[in-house]
Amino acid sequence: MTEAQLPPRARVAVAAGRLTGAVSRAAGRGSGAVVGGRVALRLDPELLRRLTAGRACVLISATNGKTTTTRLVAEALRAKGPVASNALGANMPAGITAAMAQDRTAKFAVIEVDEKYLPGVAEQTAPAAIALLNLSRDQLDRAAETRMLAQRWRDGLAGTAATVIANADDPLVVWAAGRVERVVWVAVGQSWKDDAWSCPQCGGVLHLDHADWRCGSCDMRRPTPQWSLDGEELVAPDGTRVGLGGLRLPGRANRANAVSAAAVAAVFGVEAPTAIGRMEHVTAVAGRYDTVSYRGRTLRLLLAKNPAGWLETFDLVAPPDTAPKGPVLLSVNALSADGTDTSWLWDVDYTRLVGHHVLVIGQRRLDLAVRLQVAGVEFEVFDTAEAAVDAAPAGEIEVIANYTAFQQLRQKVGS
Amino acid sequence: MAGQSALRVVWIYPDLLSTYGDQGNALIMAYRARLRGHEVERVDVRSDQPIPAQGDVYLIGGGEDRPQRLAAERLLKDDGLARGLEAGGAALAVCAGFQLFGHSFYDDEKGTQPGLGLLDVTSVRGTVRCVGEVTAEVDEALTVGGRPLPRLTGFENHMGTTQVGPGARPLARVRSGNGNGAGSGVDGAHQGRIVGTYLHGPVLARNPALADLILGWVDGNPAPTPAEDLWHDRLRAERLAAVGG
Ligand SMILES: [Zn+2]
Repeated sequence: MTEAQLPPRARVAVAAGRLTGAVSRAAGRGSGAVVGGRVALRLDPELLRRLTAGRACVLISATNGKTTTTRLVAEALRAKGPVASNALGANMPAGITAAMAQDRTAKFAVIEVDEKYLPGVAEQTAPAAIALLNLSRDQLDRAAETRMLAQRWRDGLAGTAATVIANADDPLVVWAAGRVERVVWVAVGQSWKDDAWSCPQCGGVLHLDHADWRCGSCDMRRPTPQWSLDGEELVAPDGTRVGLGGLRLPGRANRANAVSAAAVAAVFGVEAPTAIGRMEHVTAVAGRYDTVSYRGRTLRLLLAKNPAGWLETFDLVAPPDTAPKGPVLLSVNALSADGTDTSWLWDVDYTRLVGHHVLVIGQRRLDLAVRLQVAGVEFEVFDTAEAAVDAAPAGEIEVIANYTAFQQLRQKVGS
Repeated sequence: MAGQSALRVVWIYPDLLSTYGDQGNALIMAYRARLRGHEVERVDVRSDQPIPAQGDVYLIGGGEDRPQRLAAERLLKDDGLARGLEAGGAALAVCAGFQLFGHSFYDDEKGTQPGLGLLDVTSVRGTVRCVGEVTAEVDEALTVGGRPLPRLTGFENHMGTTQVGPGARPLARVRSGNGNGAGSGVDGAHQGRIVGTYLHGPVLARNPALADLILGWVDGNPAPTPAEDLWHDRLRAERLAAVGG
């Protein structure tokens, strides 16, 4: 939709949003997109609906991997035409509105949505497809418990006209998609089972048998998947196998993201080999997986926002039975964006880092130190990133940090 | 503890009650028990499994309303815990686990629910959520190595208000934060060999002396664990300073 086609109220809202965004940028407050979107939405609460009308919309939500998967879906759909996307991860209504206002002509809208806002955004954008990747606990002292989120998805998505692409390996996601008419099940695994140990439907005990799972007390069980991740390969519904070895984003979690993204792209007629071929060009997403030179070392930057995310990064930096075990720098903060409660540290299996030279920094380095000591990991604690990096030999350092610690490190090392 | 066998740490229902890093208490309890020279067997009991009556230390953690209610329902039908405690076992019950060790607690959906009655406490729904750092002075009746325990530090996140009856004593006098509810002035309770608290963090990461207290009850050695506690001590100092001592 061009600007001229928008109703007058929406045009004013877009213009006001753009002006506010520019002022905010000039004031040095980040990109200004979110604050601009907020102003625009206040002037026209229907703006997001108007800005997405007539486009093929895709929504992507999850606790982990939504920014990356959004990027991968956008790349794949560009095979069919221009794509508008909130690529920088501003995933609440204001940020989404700002991104859609910035590019009003693209045929496709690929939108990352914060878990809490998914039903509302789905109502506004009438999406053709919705991808539900996983649900696990995030910030304990802030977010509603994961089952409540699943309940909100389940109620909010009941009867949606969208094709829902959902992870059959995550019981919370399966339950959340339980009242959706058209579901494409993907089996992409789940590194984190703790939040789904008890049945989301009845509270019974879930029995896990390799990939399969079912409830001991009710009819909840793993649906038969159409798409799956099999080691280093994608398996499409017709049995076609596509190698994922060419993906530049590392690790099992990203292969899983690629399979989900390919299943989404298939809804719009993009064949899996084409989709994966396009995804192979993605090297870093909002600084994540970026490799930077800093003080004579090469740092690879990995973000881990919650226990599930930490386990995924361990698959990258400490795959079992590999040598040599290189240095790993960990940074943990507990600012309000991270959640001020650090108890989640005890849910992460840090014994995976035994044998590595572990360097610890961050606002809550002492919490992490106690955790590592009890895990039997050798570590050193430093007050600054500079000191920690200097303590490692020249060469590569894997860096894992939680949310604000990651942002601070990116600024410091210039990524 | 029973004879020469391994010291058994039983973690009750991690599938229902492990919201606040509760595994940390199991890890630290086992870690310190080993430093005291014990072989340690850790038993994680899922909610569809029976509680072994041969436990030395029972641990139960935090969770939201529904899992708390389900845990109470299942535990009321299983006398393993009660028999284990009768036979000399000890317990650390945190947050939702602390509430369900009492006579009753409140569930949003189903109202007042019966607890296990192992602690003389009663919990109701408070009016505000208590979230944040807590510091509290431990009851002087409790000692490790003949000395009172150092100040407790932890993090709370709960809606409950808990009243301590005459059969139990408050675990600690609150200096900052809420503990057993806004204005209660105290946190937790202890009775016999059971300690209950609203503090997670998890509580033993910041208060290893509490682990030593419980292990001392179980192995009969009142001395502190011969541990290198540098990082625990530095973490404690930092957290206590963060809330102004
Ligand atoms: Zn069930």
